[in-house]
Parts: sequence; structure tokens; C-alpha cells
Amino acid sequence: MNLKNLQIGLFIPCYIDQFYPQVGIATLELLQKLGLDVHYPLKQTCCGQPMANSGAEKEAISTYKNFIQNFSPFDYVVSPSSSCVYHVREHYNILEQTDEVKKVRQNTFELCEFIVDILKTDDLKIEYPHKVGIHQSCHGLRGLKLGSPSELVTERSSKIHQLLSKAKEIEIIIPDREDECCGFGGTFSVFHPDVSVSMGKDRLSAHLRNGAEIITATDMSCLMHLEGIARRQKHNLKAVHIAEILNSNRL
Amino acid sequence: MTGHAQQAGQFLKNRERAAWHDETLWIVRQKRDKMARAVPEWEDLREQASQIKQHTLSELDNYLVQFEKQAQKNGAQVHWAGDAARFNEVVSGIIKENNATKVVKSKSMLTEECGLNPFLEKKGIGVTDTDLGERIIQFREEPPSHIVMPAIHLKKEEIGELFHEKLHTEKGNFDPTYLTAAARVHLRQKFLEAEVAITGVNFAVAETGTVVVCTNEGNADMGVHAAPVQIHCVGIEKMIPRMTELGVFIRLLARSATGQPITTYTSHYQRPKPGGQMHIVIVDNGRSEHLGREDYRNALKCIRCGACMNTCPVYRRSGGHSYGSVIPGPIGSILAPHSHIKNYNDLPFASSLCGSCSDVCPVKIDIHDQLYRWRQDLSEKKRISPTKRHTMKIAGKILAGSKMYDFSGKMARWGIKNLPRKLVYNRLNVWGKERELPEVPKESFKQWYKRTQQGKGGKNGQG
Repeated sequence: MNLKNLQIGLFIPCYIDQFYPQVGIATLELLQKLGLDVHYPLKQTCCGQPMANSGAEKEAISTYKNFIQNFSPFDYVVSPSSSCVYHVREHYNILEQTDEVKKVRQNTFELCEFIVDILKTDDLKIEYPHKVGIHQSCHGLRGLKLGSPSELVTERSSKIHQLLSKAKEIEIIIPDREDECCGFGGTFSVFHPDVSVSMGKDRLSAHLRNGAEIITATDMSCLMHLEGIARRQKHNLKAVHIAEILNSNRL
Repeated sequence: MTGHAQQAGQFLKNRERAAWHDETLWIVRQKRDKMARAVPEWEDLREQASQIKQHTLSELDNYLVQFEKQAQKNGAQVHWAGDAARFNEVVSGIIKENNATKVVKSKSMLTEECGLNPFLEKKGIGVTDTDLGERIIQFREEPPSHIVMPAIHLKKEEIGELFHEKLHTEKGNFDPTYLTAAARVHLRQKFLEAEVAITGVNFAVAETGTVVVCTNEGNADMGVHAAPVQIHCVGIEKMIPRMTELGVFIRLLARSATGQPITTYTSHYQRPKPGGQMHIVIVDNGRSEHLGREDYRNALKCIRCGACMNTCPVYRRSGGHSYGSVIPGPIGSILAPHSHIKNYNDLPFASSLCGSCSDVCPVKIDIHDQLYRWRQDLSEKKRISPTKRHTMKIAGKILAGSKMYDFSGKMARWGIKNLPRKLVYNRLNVWGKERELPEVPKESFKQWYKRTQQGKGGKNGQG
């Protein structure tokens, strides 16, 4: 398989599109630097998770269909969001499983797993002289199995650590309770605001306590929540999506 | 906000207590991790346990009949109860036949579920809960907040005060050893007086007709050995086929529950003592119906270890009482709606769907998937608020195509950027109560892409 001939569809989740364009740009640039033919279908919107997580899966079907329509022409769909990718793979089961749907579900990848599992590389020649706290987004960790969750008695592994540990001069910070949820949880963050914020505050202190200057994750949604609390509390902790770190290379 | 969210908010108001609750249960989770990791074949054990339960549930009718036959052969009297009311009648009937008024009971979530204590008390029968945690909450007239550690919401100082009032211990003395000793003296008396001992059941072995009860305090044994009449209350889902399978569950249970290799006592009750009576009450109370719901059947595998509660970041920060159901936490949130959909329609939403519960579960129940499924079912049955339903309908329409989506995105960004802060961070902006909204970029990714990448030609130049 010649990777250069592959057509890659870039999926930029709705809230990244609207609020964090730099994450989309980093993802696109990184994939291009890796020599891939990347396309961004302009009619894409969202994976449909906001409705489905709130119980309104049926209301999300048109959004699902829009996603399939936009991305079925591609060999792979790559996205800087483990949560959205997990949603496409796991919850598009309610659609009629046509060849198109099956293809999209199988070929949609989160950025880090795409790099490690499909491109089979982990050294992106990065130099990143910062103290980086890794937040393990739950859908990436327990859903996509980007790493071994602390609950399981399995060999410890993590694609995120694998990629970041290759960076020169980086200091990786592991927070206490290494993979506890940040409390975002999609609409949970607004329907259960007190618990959600309390979880977020605890996550932040676990990173700060251990000396993190930057907090990174595979999901900007976790970071949006954590950053929102940090800014309100005037903490000096920067949230940077992992795509931005991985794109800081000189390939 | 719905019931659980509101209750959780109340719980979190006392920050110090909430932090203590969270930390205490996290320590239990850590103990569990240490114990689990000491068993290299842990994941295989979980898989085995899950499959044994799967098998047993698929042939539950046969195993129940086999269990009954064996138990009767052993000299036990077996009773069947279709629902809570019948269960309470059966138990009170046995007590009445023996002209008994003094009953001791070791921990049983089933009797909580059926409301046995208040039922018996109304009939003038005094029931003493003999598990220390249970006794504490019985004194306080409140339900358990955790299925393994029923009084985990209380601090030792509060227990010291409670015991001073109820057991006349020294005022201000809340030394755990002192308080436990006082409880022991108090409970000894109850054990000696008891005419009937009731226990819950952890496992019922079909092959031998044995009921197995796991405790750390030995209180089930004290009750059963001292009282002439013993009653074991067991839900139909507690069956396991043979004694050889018991080991799989015993290895998982205490490690998952409290991070101990095994409970101090694993008691097998098989036949009545000479001159005594042994009753086993097998209870359905909605379980058969639950068994028929394929998507949710897995939840009946639960061995009530409470590990999902200890690991759940929401449970730890909201306290067991906030769920308002007999069994709280993640497993409670998928069990409770089966019994009363309207009362518990908020519980499947009391989760960030992080999935830790499913990974910690010793019998591999797909808890977070069931939470997700419940959300869909509740919405389908119009059991979620009309506001939420309509909001989601609108969101679904906006996100279905790029025109509406692009326009709405632009409006939202414009609003956050240009409206006065007071207006953006209004009372209804729940997000903004304790969090900043993201800083608004000057263009969306799509706008950037159109501006910089389109018309570039070459490999990456098209949309």
C-alpha cells in the first residue's frame, strides 16, 4: 500500500471548526508534511454526538448521514478528536449498514492512532521544551483503546505517550489519578454543571501539583472545559491540543 | 436541573466533606487496583466470571429448580416471591409462625429493595441490622449510601456523636476502636436475644443447594448460629451452577469491593442446625422482566461489589444519596429505571460516560453502554424534559447540513465576541457559571481553509 496515493478525508469537529481553528490547521499541516493527500469536504458539520449523548440519537441521523455522504469517497478519515471518532465507529450502528457506512466506520481514525497504527511511525522529529501534562480523554483511552486504562490488568501502553516521548526536551507530566475523567462529558457539562466543574477543578490541580505548564489531550472538548475553568481561576496553565504539539516538528 | 444534578450540587456545597468522600473512595479504588494487579490472570478471571453468569442467566429457570430441589433435600424450606410485597409477606409469615418478635439481619440489599424493615416494624417486629455500617444508618433512619460501605458518607466524629446518643458512649470520643467495641457489646446482646436471623446471599449454588454469604464482620454467622430460625433472602440472579465456579467469584468479589484478597468470612449455609429451621426465599421482583430485555440483560450479572461506585468520578463527588435509588452509582443508574422509569429517568444522565465503570466491573457489565442506551430509550419514551427534547431536535436540524451549521456557528462566534459580557454570562449560561467560554478566533477553520487552501491547485487544493 502506497500511502501517498491514499485519499485522506479530514474531519474537523464542529466546535474545533468554530473555536479552535488552529487545531484543524495543525492537523492538516501535519498530515500534509507526512506526505498525504488530504481533502477537507466543505459540507461537513458534526459527528452527531451532542444529540445522541443526550438521548436524541434519532435526531442525529441526518447529521450521521451528512457525515457518511461527505466522507465515503475517502480511503481514510482522520480527525483530531478521539471522542468524535469513537462516536462514528461505535454509534453509527443505528444506520443501515450499507457498504458506504461500513467503510466509513472502519476507516475513521483519530490522529494519533492513524499515525502510529496506519502510518507506522512515532518519531515526528519534534522538539518541545515544555512540561506537558497528558490528559487521557476517556473516549480515546477506553473507547478507542489508545492506551491501557488504569482499571485493566494489562500491559501498560499509550500511543499518546509513545508519540510525545519521542519529542526532544519534553518533560511529560503524569497527573495523580492518571486517567480520571475531566468531567466534560458533552452535554453532561451543562446538565450536571456542579459535578462537571468539580471534576475539572480536581483534574487541573492534579496537573498543576505535578508541575505541568501545558496540558494536552486528543480531545479539544476536554481541554475546552479544563481551559475554561483554568482561565476563570486565573491559572497559568495552557491547553494545547496534541495535534499542535505533533505539528511543531521540522519534518 | 434534574433530581440527581440538584442533589449532587447540594452535596458539593460542603466542599470539605465532598473532597473527603471523593478521596476516601479513591483510596478504596487504589486498593482494588493493587489487589487486582497481584493476580496476573485478572482479565481472564473477569472473562470467566462474565461467561459463567451469561450461561447461568440463559438457563436460569433450570438452575433455580435444581437449586430448590437440592436445598429441599438438604432440609431447607424454599419459598418463592414474585414481588416485594409477596417477599415481605413470606418473611413476616415465617417470623409469625415462630411467634418471634426479635430479629437480627445481616446486610442484604434485597431487603432494602423490598422495604422489609419498615414492613416488619409496622407489624411490631423489631429488626436489628447487625452490619456495623447498616446499624449506624439504621440509628440515623436513613438509607445506605453505598452497597458495600453503607455509611461511607459519615465521618467518625458523627458516628461518635450518634453512639453517644444511642449507646451512651463517652461524649467527644470518636476513636474507631472504642466505637466499634461499643457497637460490639450492643450487638452481642441483640444476637443473644434474637429468635430469627435474616441474611442476604452473595451466591446460591444450584448443584448443592448452598447459599454463600460473604462478610467481614462475621455478623451473618453470629446471627445464624445463635437464632433457632434462619432466613436467607436471595434474588434469582444470584445463582451459579456449581461449587467449582464459586472460586472464580470469590477471587473477584473482595478484591473488587474493598481491595482485600478475600472477605474475612465466606460462609456456606447448607442445612438447618439440629432442631432449627432454615428458610430460603427466592425473589424475582422485576428480575424476570429485566432478563427478557436483551440489551440490558448483562446488568443482572452484578455481584454487588461496588467497584463501579468507587471508581465513578460522578458518584464520588455526589454521594450515594443523591441518586435516590436503593442501589446508587453507575450500576444503580442502569438498574433503577427498570423498576420505576419515571422516578429514575435522570439517573442514566448522571454520568460523563467515561467508561471506567465497565473496565473496573469484575463481571464485565457494559455499564456505560447501557447508560447510553437508557438515554435513547428514555428519550424515545418521552421521559426526558420537553426543553431538552426540543433543543436536541433543533440541534439535529442545524447540524444536518452545512448551510445552517455555518450560519449558526458564525452567529455564535459573533455573539460571544460582541455582546456585553454580562449578557453572554447570563443566568442561563450554565457553562459560564464557573468556566470561561472559549476565546473567539477571527475565523473558523472552514473560513481559513477556503481562504488559504482552495484554488491552490495541486494535491491539497480542493474542498
